[in-house]
Amino acid sequence: MALLEIRDVVKTFGDFTAVNHVSLAVEAGEFFTLLGPSGCGKTTLLRMLAGFEQPDSGEILLDGKNMAGVPPEKRPVHTVFQSYALFPHMTVAQNIAFPLKMAGVASAEIPKRVDEVLEDVRLQQFARRYPHELSGGQRQRVAIARALVNRPRLLLLDEPLSALDAKLREQMQIELINLQKEVGITFVYVTHDQGEALALSHRIAVMSQGQVEQLDAPETIYSYPKSRFVADFIGQCNLLDATITEVQPGRMKVEIEGVGTAEALPVAGAQVGGKGTLTLRPEKIKLGATLPQGNADEVHFKGRVHDCLYLGDVTIYIVELDNGTLVETMLPNSGSGKAKFFDDNDLVELAWRFDAGHFVLA
Amino acid sequence: MKSKSLAKWLISGPPLLYLLLFFAIPSLIMAFAAFRFPGDYGGLMPLTTANPDTGATELLINFGNWRDFLTLENFQRFFDEPIYFELFVKSFWYAGLTTVICIVLAYPLAWLIARSPRKTRDLLVLLVILPFWSNFLIRVYAWMIILGPQSYFSRALNSVLAVFGVEPVSLLFSQFAVIVGLVYVHLPFMVLPLYANLEKHDMALLDAAQDLGANAWQRFWKVTWPLSLPGVWAGTALVFIPALGMFAIPDLLGGTNSMMIGNLIKQQYLDSRDWPFGSVLSIMLTFTVLLLAALAAWAGSRGKDKR
Amino acid sequence: MKKVSSWVWAAAILVYAFLYLPLAIVVVFSFNDSALNAEWVGFTFKWYQMLLHDDVMLEAALHTLLIGLVTCVVSTVLGTLAGFAMYKWRLRLLPALVLTPIAIPEILMGVSLLIFFVMLNMTLGLVSITLSHIAFCIGFVAIVVRSRLQGMDESLVEAARDLGASPVTAFRAVTLPLIMPGIIAGALMAFTLSIDDFVISFFTAGVGSNTLPLEIYSRVKVPMKLNPEVNAISSLLMLLTLSLILIVSKVAPSALRSE
Repeated sequence: MALLEIRDVVKTFGDFTAVNHVSLAVEAGEFFTLLGPSGCGKTTLLRMLAGFEQPDSGEILLDGKNMAGVPPEKRPVHTVFQSYALFPHMTVAQNIAFPLKMAGVASAEIPKRVDEVLEDVRLQQFARRYPHELSGGQRQRVAIARALVNRPRLLLLDEPLSALDAKLREQMQIELINLQKEVGITFVYVTHDQGEALALSHRIAVMSQGQVEQLDAPETIYSYPKSRFVADFIGQCNLLDATITEVQPGRMKVEIEGVGTAEALPVAGAQVGGKGTLTLRPEKIKLGATLPQGNADEVHFKGRVHDCLYLGDVTIYIVELDNGTLVETMLPNSGSGKAKFFDDNDLVELAWRFDAGHFVLA
Repeated sequence: MKSKSLAKWLISGPPLLYLLLFFAIPSLIMAFAAFRFPGDYGGLMPLTTANPDTGATELLINFGNWRDFLTLENFQRFFDEPIYFELFVKSFWYAGLTTVICIVLAYPLAWLIARSPRKTRDLLVLLVILPFWSNFLIRVYAWMIILGPQSYFSRALNSVLAVFGVEPVSLLFSQFAVIVGLVYVHLPFMVLPLYANLEKHDMALLDAAQDLGANAWQRFWKVTWPLSLPGVWAGTALVFIPALGMFAIPDLLGGTNSMMIGNLIKQQYLDSRDWPFGSVLSIMLTFTVLLLAALAAWAGSRGKDKR
Repeated sequence: MKKVSSWVWAAAILVYAFLYLPLAIVVVFSFNDSALNAEWVGFTFKWYQMLLHDDVMLEAALHTLLIGLVTCVVSTVLGTLAGFAMYKWRLRLLPALVLTPIAIPEILMGVSLLIFFVMLNMTLGLVSITLSHIAFCIGFVAIVVRSRLQGMDESLVEAARDLGASPVTAFRAVTLPLIMPGIIAGALMAFTLSIDDFVISFFTAGVGSNTLPLEIYSRVKVPMKLNPEVNAISSLLMLLTLSLILIVSKVAPSALRSE
């Protein structure tokens, strides 16, 4: 049985449907992420798990127990808030002791438990500081320590890294992964940052307009998006409108609008005449002044460099195909004596393996 | 759900009851008094009487005779005699002049505070509030000293005037003294909202304006001033309204010709003891003030929308 | 940051002088050995000594203090409740009743309370003054407390609930300590408004219930009798409020900020 089960949950605010018939299950020990743009319903869903909002319909089960009507303080669930919500009038130690006191832990035992968790987050020497005396990253760790100290069944994290700068964020991501492994508590993580979601999660639920668009492992979501929305939202992606012209076992042909015919992996439900989008990640496209032709597994086009974005480690080349379609590609700047390989208006050739393009039916 | 509405009543109930009893009901009684006749010895003509035999309270007014107890005469008097309307106009003039002077004086101060580093800012704000914490009467009294006929200030001024051949002037008990007093007492109420507004201004806007060719004067009138209007309106509401109803300042600093509405109201209640007419004046003042407050709130919110 | 131009500085300093010179003059003349507040003659303490033996003034001071303390306590409790209620729920009547007394000129409240107390056949005196002061102080406390609540990160209370606190515990352990500076500021405000009040006291006071402002008024009202004793009591009053503010700024520094 799954640790957490969400069954057909609906939540509306006035005319606005924040969460629209969502069902999903989270296994014990999992690092589970709700990913989506702002307003997609992920935070509302999280607040329902914490008990701050009640679903209009549907059920939330934790360890098989229906949580309807259970107030936040009675749920074995703790939250790491986006603003951290550290009590400014309490020291770090007092903040962390708070849930222990509320749970009625013997006062003799509290200091020991506080010390333990402070050690976990490497903040022993900050126990007597006040939150405003800490840096952003330290506050973040206190917030996590406070939520973890009495071992909740479920830890909810609401965009916990969004207030940190890029470098610190990366470091905290690694710490979060390690911490989750160490304590073995189930994490439900909310973010709008797809990179963060891919890096951290065991499984991701991509949400849009109150619904789950796709629920899969990060690699699957990235490589095999189920919808145009997911492909567009996760990472950089070329979205080429296309129509299926031929379906064979193991391979199908699509006509990319105004570009030409390309081969792709067949998808479930593919039929000749079916319309959809060929999604193609820039890094899967080969780029060269001339590329060897005749490989039956490769799709091949010619074009001209329209724009270059030099990013230091890589350069992004926007290539204009003969008929005007723009395709985004990238090359690492390794092996080039110069800063980059091509310049605007250079003639180039593109190629990709037929199974690199993933077709999504409209 | 039930415990929630219980908590709501337990928390909002006590202040609500208190204010109903000691604010709402007295106000309604006063409004009602405007329609009654004055009593033989001042106050109000009674609506009840004590029965000489039983001592029980009996109502004198009934459906047949209510015309003997209720009247519009008091309002009639207000509109018939132009002197009352003129007094309102004069009070408006005093309060308006006070407000304008407060804006002029408050602006550089608020600007300076808003542009100061964080630490000095708190101190400078405190320095504005501090006089406001000292007793109101003391602040008025201070000006009685300064403007008094024998004061250094009066003598210095008059000796300067004498050089130009101007007759010595008496500063105290004049309209001038009233305006000075009104400005002095209300100035902090203009500085604080103005400062709160100016503090939020993005300084890059001024740099942008300068970059685009505006001189200091244009930068002020085209950028800072329009953006500060919500603060100016808030300050205006805080200065104009209390200044309008002021009676102690004209009473202490003003002469016979610098009476304001407040003085007339006080006179009706305490000196001539014509409560019904005093109530009419109070109602008129209340309506004026509520209208102005609504106007200021409207102007303030309009200014906010623009941002 | 752009430098503030020197003429703004000059203007601001003049305005500060305008704010403080009059008060300074009152204090200086309280030590002046002359019955007229006109010319510096010499230093003396005699006005303060006279004050010590002025039973009328001392009684008025006692009244003021008594009224101020009761007003402070009651209006802080009622105002805090009102501020909390206004923050927590969408109410219609309470905000109107809380805010109008602040918005309208004091004299209106003074005269309506006068009629009210007379109709109730209440003897005008300390009780009627105190009841009136509480009525107009509630609003100030409520506003300060509400703005403090509005400035508080709402997720703090949610965090407390999330970590196992009941609504009542969350209020006691988190909300109350965080709005305490607001409550203290409100209490301080109520106390000073009460001891400062002249207008409402003027209408609701009766024979033998003079407060300090009323006593000062009656003495300065007669122009030829300008009494340096008033300077002395004024200076003492200023000293009192100043030390009060200093104490609060030490005890609860944030209570004074941005109000």
